[in-house]
Amino acid sequence: MMLAAQGRMQWGAAATGLSVLLVLLVFFVVPVAKVFYVAFLDAQTGELTLVNFLDFFRTSLFRESFFNSLYVALMSVVVATIIAVPLAYFTTRFNFTGAALIHTLGVIPLIMPPFVGAVAMQMLFGANGSINLLLDEWFGFTIPFMEGLNGVILVESIHYFPFILINLSASLSNIDRAMEEAAQNLGAHGFRLFRRVVFPLAMPGFAAGAALVFLKVFDDLGTPLLLNVNNMLAPQAYLRISSIGIADPMGYVISVILVVFSLFSLWVSFLATRGRDYASVQKGGGGLMKRDLRTWEKVGAWAVIVLILIVVLSPHIGLLLLSFGTIWSFSVLPDAFTVKHYQEVFTTAWPYIANTLLYAGLAALLDVILATAIAYVVWRTNLPGRQVLDYLGTAAVAVPGVVLGIGYLRMFHDFNVPLVNEPLASWWVIIVVALMIRRLPYALRACTAALQQVSVALEEAAQNLGAGRFSTVRRIVVPLMAGGIAAGFVTAFATAAVELSAVLILVSKESDAPLAYGIYVYMQTAAGRGPGAALGVLAVIIVGVATYLSHRFVERTRAEREAAGRQAATGAA
Amino acid sequence: MQAKLLRAVGLAAVLGLVMLATPARAMEDKLVVVTSFPKDLTNVFKEAFEKKYPGVKVEMLKKKTTAGVKYIQETASNNTSDIFWASAPDAFEVLKGDGLLAKYDVKQQGIPAKIGAFPLNDPDGYYKGFAASGYGIMWNTRYLKAKKLPVPQEWEELARPVYFGHVGMSAPSRSGTTHLTVETVLQGLGWEKGWALWKAIGGNLKTVTERSFGVPSGVNSGDFGIGIVIDFFGFSSKATGYPVDFRYPSTTALVPANIAIVKNAPHPKNAAAFIEFLLSPEGQELLLDPKIQRLPVRPELYESKAKHLPNPFKGEIAAKVAFDVKKSKARYNVVNSLFDVMITYRLNDLKAATKAIHDAAAALKAKPNAEGEKLLAEARALVAAVPIDEARSLDPAFAGVFKKKRKKATDKITGRQAEIEQQWDEMVRANYAKAKELAEKAAAMAR
Repeated sequence: MMLAAQGRMQWGAAATGLSVLLVLLVFFVVPVAKVFYVAFLDAQTGELTLVNFLDFFRTSLFRESFFNSLYVALMSVVVATIIAVPLAYFTTRFNFTGAALIHTLGVIPLIMPPFVGAVAMQMLFGANGSINLLLDEWFGFTIPFMEGLNGVILVESIHYFPFILINLSASLSNIDRAMEEAAQNLGAHGFRLFRRVVFPLAMPGFAAGAALVFLKVFDDLGTPLLLNVNNMLAPQAYLRISSIGIADPMGYVISVILVVFSLFSLWVSFLATRGRDYASVQKGGGGLMKRDLRTWEKVGAWAVIVLILIVVLSPHIGLLLLSFGTIWSFSVLPDAFTVKHYQEVFTTAWPYIANTLLYAGLAALLDVILATAIAYVVWRTNLPGRQVLDYLGTAAVAVPGVVLGIGYLRMFHDFNVPLVNEPLASWWVIIVVALMIRRLPYALRACTAALQQVSVALEEAAQNLGAGRFSTVRRIVVPLMAGGIAAGFVTAFATAAVELSAVLILVSKESDAPLAYGIYVYMQTAAGRGPGAALGVLAVIIVGVATYLSHRFVERTRAEREAAGRQAATGAA
Repeated sequence: MQAKLLRAVGLAAVLGLVMLATPARAMEDKLVVVTSFPKDLTNVFKEAFEKKYPGVKVEMLKKKTTAGVKYIQETASNNTSDIFWASAPDAFEVLKGDGLLAKYDVKQQGIPAKIGAFPLNDPDGYYKGFAASGYGIMWNTRYLKAKKLPVPQEWEELARPVYFGHVGMSAPSRSGTTHLTVETVLQGLGWEKGWALWKAIGGNLKTVTERSFGVPSGVNSGDFGIGIVIDFFGFSSKATGYPVDFRYPSTTALVPANIAIVKNAPHPKNAAAFIEFLLSPEGQELLLDPKIQRLPVRPELYESKAKHLPNPFKGEIAAKVAFDVKKSKARYNVVNSLFDVMITYRLNDLKAATKAIHDAAAALKAKPNAEGEKLLAEARALVAAVPIDEARSLDPAFAGVFKKKRKKATDKITGRQAEIEQQWDEMVRANYAKAKELAEKAAAMAR
């Protein structure tokens, strides 16, 4: 009886694992391999060779780029941690009015609309941006915020710290209150309590966030390009892939190296957290004890939070100014303010907005489903080779959107979708699929962290009480992972809503285009800067509202659970 | 239960048949244009064309030039695009080389064969020029006033020490039009002198932007004061209200912007009608829209409606250089790669050397010193040095290293692009470092 159940369970898990693998193979591995194989060809003879990889290591520019990327990625993790930890700690540890608001505002930096976000930052922090113009006028010096590698680190940390914030908050609120109480009974208080007990228990969330920041920054293209820093790996790959006519295999070689290195660092982080147990059995208590702050503590906490928020939201303040400004050129503020950019955009923006909500929403939904399945198969079964799913799902972070887009055109253009009679490559669904693959790493890390905090004992208990594996997953595991799943959904949705590179290749009808494409179209002309910024503001607001709603949803389910837990407790007493 | 299933399958089958039977290409009611042009340009033509041909719906697919080329290449087996419409002639050359364009003979009369020294249309008849644009210098008036900089008139002036860190441009490998400017100067001044000028300007650059629109965008913001841009970027920025201005230097490249029909276009009749409309007097006048501002290719317009624009057919924009298309084509990728290796990727080293040279020159001017002058001249020569000479740049065997495939099996090609770029990079970096050292020495002598 017992054996039979075990066998059935393995079959179910194997079927899940195999279908996820199939999805990843068809929509990620094969299309990308179709583009990447150039890296293994001799450019002249067309024969298979590894000489291009030798060339990579022989080229000093590439070696330098590699170390620059590594340095920037590591430093960005450090700076992002400094920004994210206080925000996460204050909001999960204390009774704070407006915690949901802070969390929503904390996600907004992830939504940096293409091009306009860059212009907004230049207008504020650039060599002749508002701040430097003021500094120059008052004190006679300027600070090169946006120059060189340090500029990249600054912008990347401001942009990606929400990865740490979101995952760490989810983790913190999953910690068992009993642990904390035990520590307090043993005499640990204040910072010592945080350092020795709370933070280590929240490690899965922090590690997930930090790994994402590292991977994303290491593979990021947008920021170095915006600051015109060319001596990093991702921009080197991009510049070589996207120049016309040149058949330089090095762009693809660099992409392959980015993927391999990303997998390597993932493996290292896996080694670091392996063999430790972060799970808590007790879930009814709803995480850390929240206490009220004394008045002066409240003032201090608010001061820190407001200061951080002003810094991290400054690009969006710039964006808002840009969207309401008439002409803004070499001056602290725009010359005058107007609403005409919004008027122009409102007539054209609705289809873009509808498409964005549809695509990003679907993609994020598919992402959390895939991610939960992968996390479960990897951490709760002993199927051979299950780690492959985790690695494949995360490798997507290192594949440039352009490469994925070209791969899809190459693979799916000759495949007509039945009933729609249109090539799959030009059907709108392919954009959703591309976004899903591109954002899967975010959801995957969040869901993995959440699952690591769920104790196996709870599942075993459920199974002992007669629940099958499927109903255990549905009734026990997924509800306990809800916070992490929501975190994964939010990151995937927010970033998918402003993704451009793959979209730009795949859009085949204007009626199928999302907001990012609309912004791109405006940002090609001098007159389009204002309307482009207005569209960018709309994108930020939409994603912000969606994030806020999902927070409310998570908080409400948690409150309900807590209430139910209390009822059960009083009933038992 | 079974009956229900059968009914569902039957319904699906019928639906499928109806979908499949719907004639996709029975009537030409559509036109799909893949274009890199901005909305301000495409909308004007879309509206005018749809008004003239009611019942035809124009779909403008906007893609970056490189993305557009890739899109047409990858979708060729099941082509859904009718027209490719973009600036850079080299993008059309790539598509033509892959056999993805259709030949077309224009019916419209009265369009000259050449604009300046550049042939307006593809000699093989695949793509047509529909507008001209010239390269020039754009500047931000507030910026120049605040930093007390004079307005530059000629390319050579951009190398002056006053402009150190104030200039922006794109790279020839990113932007086909920038490529033409670089190549025009190389042909006009000669290989060595041309590169010397580009590196002297390169040393003054604030930045090399990733796309060509990055240059006018930076000047508009005031991020840098002066940009090397194509004319319509300057004109349209000014028309939008930015405090900027534009002028043509006396040596400029005139570049045609082009249009072509894609091979196996689903709507060939509409495609032809669109090209005819674009080249008709009516269509050409639309180019004068204040947000578009491109130079029409019908000379008679410069006598009437386009009087305010410089006439490229009368030498008002002096395209002094007799542009050699064959030469340009032969070393296209070599020039791109050289520019990136010497300027784009080593911009910091180049800037450091240039700064040292500017400082030394100023010091020597205040306190002349013959030995110092000699060292300074050496430093300048080191910065200007190019890894290969002109003959090598035109050697097909060498240029082949930068191309995808051998043309003939007998072509022998030795070396790989990465290998050669690494050699160049080594030389360039050593030269810049040495030049900086020499210039610092020269400056010390004048102290």
